[in-house]
Amino acid sequence: MKTFDWRRVAISVAAPVLAIAVSLLITTLMLVVAGDPVGDVWRVLLKVPLPRQIVQIINEAAILYLSAVAVAVGFRMNLFNIGVDGQYRVASFAAAVFAGQGFLPGWLNIIVSILIAMVCSALWALIAGLLKVWRGVSEVISTIMLNYIATYLVAYFLKMTAVKVEGSNATNTRNIPADSHVPGISVDWLGTPNKIYGLIVLAIIVGVGYWFVINKTRFGYDLRAAGASETAAVASGVNVKRMLVISMGISGALAGLVGMPLLFGQDFHYGDTVQAGLGFAGLAVALLGRNNPIGMAFAAILWGYLDQLSNGLQIGAGVSDRLVLIIQGIIVLSVVIAYELARRAKLRMDERTVGKETGALKAPETKAVAA
Amino acid sequence: MRQVMKIAIAATAAALALTACSSPTATTTSSSAPKTAIKVGMAYDVGGRGDQSFNDSAAAGLDKAKADLGVETKEASAANGESDANKQERLQQLVDAGYTNIVAVGFAYANAVGAAAKANPNAKFAIVDDASDASKGSNIENIVFAENEGSFLVGAAAALKSTTGHIGFVGGVETDLIKKFYAGFAAGAQKVKADIKIDVKYLTQPPDFSGFASVDKGKTAAEGMYQNGADIVYHAAGGSGGGVFTAAKAAGKLAIGVDADQALTAAADVRSVILTSMLKKVNVGVYDFINSVVKGSFTAGVKTFDLKSGGVDYATTGGKVDDIKTKLDDFKQQIIDGKITVPAK
Repeated sequence: MKTFDWRRVAISVAAPVLAIAVSLLITTLMLVVAGDPVGDVWRVLLKVPLPRQIVQIINEAAILYLSAVAVAVGFRMNLFNIGVDGQYRVASFAAAVFAGQGFLPGWLNIIVSILIAMVCSALWALIAGLLKVWRGVSEVISTIMLNYIATYLVAYFLKMTAVKVEGSNATNTRNIPADSHVPGISVDWLGTPNKIYGLIVLAIIVGVGYWFVINKTRFGYDLRAAGASETAAVASGVNVKRMLVISMGISGALAGLVGMPLLFGQDFHYGDTVQAGLGFAGLAVALLGRNNPIGMAFAAILWGYLDQLSNGLQIGAGVSDRLVLIIQGIIVLSVVIAYELARRAKLRMDERTVGKETGALKAPETKAVAA
Repeated sequence: MRQVMKIAIAATAAALALTACSSPTATTTSSSAPKTAIKVGMAYDVGGRGDQSFNDSAAAGLDKAKADLGVETKEASAANGESDANKQERLQQLVDAGYTNIVAVGFAYANAVGAAAKANPNAKFAIVDDASDASKGSNIENIVFAENEGSFLVGAAAALKSTTGHIGFVGGVETDLIKKFYAGFAAGAQKVKADIKIDVKYLTQPPDFSGFASVDKGKTAAEGMYQNGADIVYHAAGGSGGGVFTAAKAAGKLAIGVDADQALTAAADVRSVILTSMLKKVNVGVYDFINSVVKGSFTAGVKTFDLKSGGVDYATTGGKVDDIKTKLDDFKQQIIDGKITVPAK
């Protein structure tokens, strides 16, 4: 890009903003139709979060961000890793079992456990990647199926490894020794004793790493090229199948990190009350954030914000907190539509620019490839 | 636009997964009680009020307290797959709104109650189904039940009533708690008929707790058992139990309810298929807690509700077990006397 084109930026930002506005409008209409207290709902959802809620939003956003980046690596390659949900649970379980044994002391235990999580998760994702390369199985189907298999497999092994806690009905792996807990980041100045997950650093490292690899390396270029046009990529010497397997592996490895802040910062074990559905939420966050490292950060914060504030809906407005799931669902659908509209607008703009520069009256009907 | 189509499919899949667990809207009540009324907050497990079973049993205790004791109430329920932090936030919001006497329904709240009780030493908490160290404190009452004892009796009832020698068990989620229901049920059935055939199906595996709120899954599981030759199916599946009853009705067979007296609480058109229900009197536990708060006699610690204390029992509504009542009561007495020890797993 030669000069900073504010119109392009405006269009990129307009799409998600438009999508959010549309979803709020649709939700309001829905509330009116259902006869729910519209004013109360928005007062609860749009109020400034309390300090402890801010901490929780940041924590939630960090996890969602990791999940979103895992999904985005696949998206860039035109690969739909819907299996992040299963991958992170397989990984969290494996890491929890290993860390719980306390074979290694302190930080070493944490680091090795995180590596185990990444490897397990990557291997789980590679099943889908290899099936696609060898057998042409759509990764959309295989990863969804693998999610189910992951649920049952982990539940089976959890039963074998669970330790019984007297008086408890929960099923958990052995607790991680105290010297391998990751201390939280204290934010007393905010006015809350709650702490931000220490492993939020993982989200920051992954975000920066993602930006660097995708935009500044040969590998990132190949990845984007293969995602944009397979034939063009092949023509320029990219081994698409190899890229596919590698990107699925990376996507899976990153998915393995999703559960780590929870495991080492809050739960200290894997059990039947572990937070579920983070992979699907990551999918939505990646879509909303347009696979952009900054965009996804904003999207993750929005998601975390909605999740947190939804808790007060039943108490403050007398409306089911499931309303937020509907809002989130509408945002995702609006986003898909808004991005398509924005893409067309950009295409028209490009055509006009090209037309102007070449002096032609009408731009040729070339189909530009969506970024 | 293949890519757009793919995104749309992915988005729909995500949206479906996110909303798969539908649930009735929470109810809030602005009571006309006097200003000094004691405020009670209730945090339900997945499924919430309206599951006709576990949560509704807790709700019944709350409703009774509201009617008899004039307390003010506020209710909220858990979302499937949420984290401990979200549960704790729910309890904190109830405290913040002035509802400083809180009942948390379900063992999943264990850590959240422990943390919230520490953060709010002046509030009083009760947790149903957990008595672990995580949820013990000077301002927490732990309400636990001997579900295996009650299940033993309905297991015996099923075996006595079955003509095919083949019965079934549908569990909501394969957790230790639900396995406890099964253990008692199987022991009771085998006590009557040692070679009885029992089909077992758990609807979902943790951390997917939608098995407590999926009528469709309950129906499919029970249909399979009835087709397979079972003539009585016991469910411990919360809101999914409605599906078990529907399947029983369609097959012309019988089912056994759980937690509440489901011959009174289930949908009117399926009540006729309910042989009996294993009563887990969460309502009594909840009411006792609120009553103790109102009377100023609250004591922390574990309160066990078993056959002896009348905390669990079998239901006689509908009259379908009248002919075997003496046998069941005999088993009941033997358990109370310690002559029969019912396994818990």
